[in-house]
Amino acid sequence: MASVKFTQEHEWIRVEGTTGVVGITNYAQEQLGDVVYVELPDIGRKVMKGQQAAVVESVKAASEIYAPVSGEVTEVNGALADSPGGVNQDAQGNGWFFKIKISSPTELEGLMDEAGYAAFVEGLK
Amino acid sequence: MRYLPLTPADRTAMLAAIGVSSVDDLYRDVPKPARRSGLVDLPPHMGELEVERRLGAMAARNMAAGSVASFLGAGAYRHHVPASVDALIQRGEFLTSYTPYQPEVAQGTLQYLFEFQTQVALITGMDVANASMYDGSTACAEAVLMANRTTKRSSAVLSGGLHPHYRAIVETYARYSGFEAKSVAPSPDGNEDLTSTINAESSCVVVQNPDVFGHVRDLRPLAEACRKQGALLVVVVTEVVSLGALTSPGEMGADIVVCEGQSIGNGLNFGGPYVGLFATREKYLRQMPGRLAGQTVDTDGRRGWVLTLSTREQHIRREKATSNICTNSGLCALAFTIHMSLLGEVGFVQLARLNHAHAVQLADKLAGISGVSVLNKAFFNEFTVKLPKPAAQVVEELAKRRILGGVPVSRLMPDPVPGQPELANLLLVAATETVTAEDMDALAGALKEIVR
Amino acid sequence: MNEWSKAVSASSGASAQAIANAVPGGSTETFGGNRGLQIEERLLFEQSQDGRCGVDLPEPPKVTERLGGLARKTPIGLPGMSEPQVVRHYTRLSQKNYAIDAGLYPLGSCTMKHNPRLNEKMARLPGFGDVHPLQPVSTVQGALELIDTLAHWLKTLTGMPAVAMSPAAGAHGELCGMLCIRAAHIAHGQDHRRRVLVPESAHGTNPATAAVCGYTVDAIPADERGRVDLAAFKAKLGPDVAAIMLTNPNTCGLFESDILEIARAVHKAGAYFYCDGANFNAIVGRVRPGDLGIDCMHINLHKTFSTPHGGGGPGAGPVVLSAALAPYAPAPWVVHERGGFRVVEQAGDNNQAFGRLKAFHGQMGMFVRALAYMMSHGADGLRQVAEDAVLNANYLMAQLKDDLTPSFEGPTMHEALFDDGFLKDTGVTTLDFAKALIDEGYHPMTMYFPLVVHGALLMEPTETESKGGLDHFISVVQALAQKAKTANDAAQWFHECPRFTPRRRLDETAAARKPVLRWRPEAPKAQAAE
Repeated sequence: MASVKFTQEHEWIRVEGTTGVVGITNYAQEQLGDVVYVELPDIGRKVMKGQQAAVVESVKAASEIYAPVSGEVTEVNGALADSPGGVNQDAQGNGWFFKIKISSPTELEGLMDEAGYAAFVEGLK
Repeated sequence: MRYLPLTPADRTAMLAAIGVSSVDDLYRDVPKPARRSGLVDLPPHMGELEVERRLGAMAARNMAAGSVASFLGAGAYRHHVPASVDALIQRGEFLTSYTPYQPEVAQGTLQYLFEFQTQVALITGMDVANASMYDGSTACAEAVLMANRTTKRSSAVLSGGLHPHYRAIVETYARYSGFEAKSVAPSPDGNEDLTSTINAESSCVVVQNPDVFGHVRDLRPLAEACRKQGALLVVVVTEVVSLGALTSPGEMGADIVVCEGQSIGNGLNFGGPYVGLFATREKYLRQMPGRLAGQTVDTDGRRGWVLTLSTREQHIRREKATSNICTNSGLCALAFTIHMSLLGEVGFVQLARLNHAHAVQLADKLAGISGVSVLNKAFFNEFTVKLPKPAAQVVEELAKRRILGGVPVSRLMPDPVPGQPELANLLLVAATETVTAEDMDALAGALKEIVR
Repeated sequence: MNEWSKAVSASSGASAQAIANAVPGGSTETFGGNRGLQIEERLLFEQSQDGRCGVDLPEPPKVTERLGGLARKTPIGLPGMSEPQVVRHYTRLSQKNYAIDAGLYPLGSCTMKHNPRLNEKMARLPGFGDVHPLQPVSTVQGALELIDTLAHWLKTLTGMPAVAMSPAAGAHGELCGMLCIRAAHIAHGQDHRRRVLVPESAHGTNPATAAVCGYTVDAIPADERGRVDLAAFKAKLGPDVAAIMLTNPNTCGLFESDILEIARAVHKAGAYFYCDGANFNAIVGRVRPGDLGIDCMHINLHKTFSTPHGGGGPGAGPVVLSAALAPYAPAPWVVHERGGFRVVEQAGDNNQAFGRLKAFHGQMGMFVRALAYMMSHGADGLRQVAEDAVLNANYLMAQLKDDLTPSFEGPTMHEALFDDGFLKDTGVTTLDFAKALIDEGYHPMTMYFPLVVHGALLMEPTETESKGGLDHFISVVQALAQKAKTANDAAQWFHECPRFTPRRRLDETAAARKPVLRWRPEAPKAQAAE
């Protein structure tokens, strides 16, 4: 079964074998408001954990998406280029940003699980 | 004090409402050593008449270009501006309005910016244009920064035909923003070949057309060379009227086009304020600096305009913005777009033909003077003449005869260039539609005497 | 190309709905789409007719073309209009704009004050407006004198020994000042200093400028008084700090009361003190930045010295400099010698200028306007400007403090800052509240800036508002606050504001998702049908 982990910067990563699917959380899309543009990484780009990998923009804000773990970008969600609103509609599902081949799975251990993230968000309110 | 509505009685009543005894109490957060009790050492206030007298006296010590025969160019051109342009831009609703951040009360500004963007895109032959920059020179520097961002490279090639002020600005940015600006030595004869200067590290090539010496060039081979190396072609146009006569930079393969738009709608103003035009291809839109007006609808479904894509800008992106600039050149852009609307397709093309025809006539007249030669084979409304003595001396002599005869190349390039010992004898001469046959004869006659 | 007059004639006698459809977005309450003085105006391109022209130019003399085979071969596509159409087009557009000529602009941080027309008249004198920047220096002595005179006024008012005149606007001035700092550090072997301290409340241009200069930005927090947190600031100083960029009075409208201490600490740490002079209007004639230990400060001539905003420029941003930074000022500069004025145009071997920022000599047209304004006020009037601006802002604060929520205690300077505390649990946002002002005939105040308070409403009346005018504004704001707090339908009512403008709230999301940034001709199919 795939497990989903969360960062303090409001990214999620769903681990499917050696690959992770990355997006922003529902809380993050609510904070941003209507997403108007998503800049996705080049396929094949190697990113380090915590490094900027993508950008998401609303009318009034631009926000960077950091890689939750290190690895190589293997796929991006091209559908977001034409309909960035997909992030608002289904942030933690069809609104994913990119897939990454995880280079060191141990990095996942430092991330929050769903309950931990829910508590973290509650603390921000 | 005619600009201050508060009366002494108002001030007393307001201080009482605030609950302080004097205005000094309102400045109590200023550290004591920095508080000044007396007036600064400057003259006291003056009425309109007195200000007009003093500033009028200063203005009278200048030779207005329109009062004499004038042939100056080199990045600023004297054109006739229709009377309605100045009347319209002085409407208070344009002159004294703020940046259109509140679109419901700024549809006028936003619509003319949208129309301006369209006109700029059309004349440059590009997909999109922004709502203007400070001027052509700063737009040029911003174009290089944009090319660096877009290509993720950091080495720009600057043509020797680029206006030396523009080149100096890019070099200044390069020195402090950490990129390389490779400046090619100027070629007054127009035989510059830039294709060999581009390599896989180049972010862009910046080339002016017509160049500072007036040469007009086909940029298609250069565009091709850029494409092969993955560099962007930045085309600079300092005389925007030329676009009415020449194949557009977009058609020749430019990736970014920046222009000085002063020639349309804006006076000489001793160098500013002017208006920078900035246009690019759709695919580079997100990297473009500056404000943008875009079309949308209001809550009732009616068409309207807003500033858009502002996430590129400093007030949102802060240190990650595409540029630090905040202002555009709104009112000068308005003057540009009104003048361009009056000209239209027919007028703009005819204005360009008129300029070129005058320049051709003048070039022939000057080439006929013994000791004087014209260096250009192809030009628009400005060309370079070689004189038998330093051009700076010659223009002073001409000024004494109430002729503004041109811009000495040495004013722009004072340092001797290796292999170009004769730059000091070169003079840039421009002829616009404002130049008459009598003006041309006066210049040719005076020049003949001076170089004899 | 579309033909507007044809569209109208074709639909004369047609249903009202058809006419409304012919006017993009027109009112449906009238037959023709207009609404009293609010007249719909289509794009130039939709009114164009091929071959029409608004100027009469002579036929060019016959010559052999010398364009090197590069003559344009394709049409440009510019619209054709006659002069009366052009005049009407822009007059109608102008009537859709708010302007300081029409009413109060309480825009905090923007200093929207009256723009005297004398300044416009002076800038248009042929001796200033019709002078080429590269004329022989002997023919422009008056123009150079004007620059020199304005420089003298700016230096005297700020108590600084030098000024760089060429920057084209405030942010350009910031760049100029920060490059002077970088050049000074380089000259002293201190170029390893790359960190710049910027308060959280700063204008966005500050961090953006620091980044262009090759600096990294380190944010300084504000304390509960709305000023720089002195302890946090001192803790951030170090041998890698190049400068602090501080706005004073700050963007909360407060004078940085610890500024002398800040300047001492900055200099002790070997760094320079950049001051953002956007709010100079509050202190002109009363406080000289030079007495505060500042090394450089840009001056927005369009704010303090009343050159018109023009719907977003042009501006001008001269930068005053301390003796330590003066040698690095960019080219060009004017020199006053026996026998007249000359201009140094090259940064080079015989000077330490950091380079050049703009072609030619700066925003001359703005210089003339600013000097006309300064001479009109004189030393006495400029001091009164600051006092009245501060008085008006404090009056606003005093009258509104019970209705809105002031963010900080104590006297304010030239602007009054409130947060959205008074809107808590009303469902009305700062944006909604500000938009309601539009229907009352006012431009909104600055919203959501500075970022250090929640839902900020920043109001700057300036000195050119009368007490009567302010009283009316105050009564409107009080009434709106009352409605927001008490009306049952407040959230909905405010959210639908404005109602009486040429356009109501515009869909910015749609504009950004599918950008339409220029007009394009309709598809060939539609053209064929015409």
